[in-house]
Amino acid sequence: MENLTWTGSLGSILDPVFQIVAVVFLLLVALQFVTSLVLAPASDKINSDGTITLDRGPSALIGMAVRYSFLALLAICLAYLILGMVLSSETTGIIGTVSAQFSPVWLALVVTFLLSIVYKRRLGLYGKLFDSMIGMIGFGLVMFWVYTALFVGLFDLIATQDPLSQLSGMKNKLPGTAVRGANPEECGSACYYLLGGDNLARDVFSRMVTGSVIVIVIAPFATLFAFMVGITLGLPAGYFGGRLDTGLSFLANLILAFPVILLFYLLVTPEIVATGIPNYMGMVLFVFPIIFVGVLLNSRYYTRPKLRNPLLAGVLIGMFWIYLSGISSAGSVIDVLPGTLDLFNIPGGILVVFVSVVFVNSPTVFRIVRGLAMDIQTRDYVAAAQTRGEGPWYIMLWEILPNARGPLIVDFCLRIGYTTILLGTLGFFGLGLPPESPDWGTTINDGRKLLSIYPHPALVPAFSLLSLVLGLNLLADGLREESLRD
Amino acid sequence: MGLFILRRVGMMIVTAICLTFIVFFMTNLYPNLEKLAKSQGNFRMSDEAVASYLSDRGYLQPAPIKYAQWLGLMPGYKTVKEDGKTVGKCVRPGVAPEDMPRYCGILQGDWGFSTVAKAPVAETLGKRLKNTGKLMFWVMVVMVPSALVIGVLAGMNEGSRTDRSLSTVSILSTATPEYVSGVIFIALLASTRNGLGPILHEWGWIEGKALFKGTAKTAMDKATFQNFTLPVLTVALYGMGYIARMTRASMAEVMTAQYVRTARLKGVSFRNIVMKHALRNALIAPFTVIMLQFPWLLNGVVIVETLFSYSGFGWQLVNAAGNNDIEMLLAVSVVSVFVVLVTQLISDIGYVYLNPRIRIS
Repeated sequence: MENLTWTGSLGSILDPVFQIVAVVFLLLVALQFVTSLVLAPASDKINSDGTITLDRGPSALIGMAVRYSFLALLAICLAYLILGMVLSSETTGIIGTVSAQFSPVWLALVVTFLLSIVYKRRLGLYGKLFDSMIGMIGFGLVMFWVYTALFVGLFDLIATQDPLSQLSGMKNKLPGTAVRGANPEECGSACYYLLGGDNLARDVFSRMVTGSVIVIVIAPFATLFAFMVGITLGLPAGYFGGRLDTGLSFLANLILAFPVILLFYLLVTPEIVATGIPNYMGMVLFVFPIIFVGVLLNSRYYTRPKLRNPLLAGVLIGMFWIYLSGISSAGSVIDVLPGTLDLFNIPGGILVVFVSVVFVNSPTVFRIVRGLAMDIQTRDYVAAAQTRGEGPWYIMLWEILPNARGPLIVDFCLRIGYTTILLGTLGFFGLGLPPESPDWGTTINDGRKLLSIYPHPALVPAFSLLSLVLGLNLLADGLREESLRD
Repeated sequence: MGLFILRRVGMMIVTAICLTFIVFFMTNLYPNLEKLAKSQGNFRMSDEAVASYLSDRGYLQPAPIKYAQWLGLMPGYKTVKEDGKTVGKCVRPGVAPEDMPRYCGILQGDWGFSTVAKAPVAETLGKRLKNTGKLMFWVMVVMVPSALVIGVLAGMNEGSRTDRSLSTVSILSTATPEYVSGVIFIALLASTRNGLGPILHEWGWIEGKALFKGTAKTAMDKATFQNFTLPVLTVALYGMGYIARMTRASMAEVMTAQYVRTARLKGVSFRNIVMKHALRNALIAPFTVIMLQFPWLLNGVVIVETLFSYSGFGWQLVNAAGNNDIEMLLAVSVVSVFVVLVTQLISDIGYVYLNPRIRIS
């Protein structure tokens, strides 16, 4: 079988067009930059009768040309992707085949965007996101990876090969190499290593998409837990102040003074994991969501015991069961739940990584929440609640917290990105997850040894991680802009 | 002010003691000690041999006592073996047992002995710190001016095309962790087979086949443009975006201030408004940010030094942590706590001095 080229036979038509348009676009952008120093910017005039006179001067014309050439460039890129979904691999090359593999993701993205844009006025802050270009791009990037993880993790789509299996003769092969001895009638897109093979002859593309599952599962959850810890401790520290605040702030600053990587090395090396310290830390950290939800419900409904008692009992028992299933697993240091009651087992490596990432993130969240609580408790509505005779926890959780949601949501997005970076750092130093794990940090670490000869095994996960974190940062930026506009 | 500094220094010492005790405790857990014994003795040691190796050297005492010995508050542990050889905490190769000091801890100025480098910690770490200092210096030289320029340019015309494109650049740079940008740089700029190097070589613009070097090993003795650009750029890029965004926010805020409007109404040229009125006030906030950026840079330095195999502080951290080199790790954590807390102190003091409203009141 023949190897695939980047754009296949379709490329012989589209590639020259693409190159010409790209060069034109770059020239126009350069021209626009140069002329903007000399010419006056285009200014449309609004007349007294309500009509607008468009500026048709040279700078306006250049601006229009830039816009149209950019649109043409986008259209060609879309053509590559869409034709790739329709035509066969040989005609569309690597880009087309990769795009075809991602077709469920494209479909899901299109549906999400259409629905969200149609109903955006009814969707609150989420809907407002679709008013800002930056926010939409960020949301698109993030949802791309979320859907990829979803389809790979739950439905086993997208990936062409098994992420761990090594096929002979595929070591360090370039992108588009056909699998040795494959029969084109049977395998379709699985005939190729779309983005090449790594130094152990595994498929880079499949490892990349499988790696997204690990990141998309751990990063948001770990951030959520860090927020639970930070909120549960930060609210009282900011609200009560005094000794409690001094003590907790000292602890938080202590953890923040650690270089993150030293902390990781202290927590995640196999010797420490053998002593069970991460499991005990997990035991402590995972209690916070239970405390949070318990206090949240109790402070709201304590005046209505008939509703509160069954509600609180049900929720707490459920959460406690999940908590016990999470922390206990047969063979580790904490083994409290008999096997039949154990709902699920978190693999050891993932638990350790999860705990250490939560541990590193919580002090920062604590400081943010504490600052917000100190700021908001001087407001009138807090004083009103106090005069009404509400308890401190009600005020903290039902008066202060909802009013701090704007900055917290923005920080949540940014922090998921930071957590993704931390996960990558752990993988990069080979800590926590097993060495054959397909997560992006580990694959970057694997690939960097032969970087100057075979760059593709490291570059693919590197760009994936970059795009996800970039998406989260843009999303946070869009959210901040839109929430400030109110 | 004096009291403030004194209180902060006191806080710093308490934090450093707590922190080093945590590091001490973690590195002295038995599995870690076992690893240490096996890497020092041999890997096929029996459990009894490990235990006797450790107890001879005083590793099996309670942690607070060992910690006090490390601090120099208690005499160092020693054992005289049957064959007359002395082993213990204060034993150094080349020093006769009679000359051995009774106390050897931080208070005596003895930072201990690195079990991996087989040399005193202070000496090894000093060399490493010098290397990292060089890296940091160039990082600052690249990062701070470019971040400030980007931030000021973006912030002085909020919402303009320049602002939007520069803000996107700074978001992109904060979204690129060092291990990603480093890998991309090496693959595109330091490879002899891919990327920019071979193309430029073909055009006859550069002599070698690669534009830059992918390792910074030679930069320790002699840093050149070729071997030092990529590590410096990689560290600088990640920090740059953050400082630029802070500068932009602060500049944008100053540009909407009343006195800038007054200046504008008076007919002062835009250039003069920016240079004489706005800039100085806009740079107060970035100063504190730059100072607080140091601890973050420390992280970046660890990654970059590992990636480019440059033996500095970060490389030493990874090396010591990987081999459980206890006394080296403790020294490393003391240094990093010192850096974190001193930069916090400087940023607080600097903020007060730069801001006349606080200084005078």
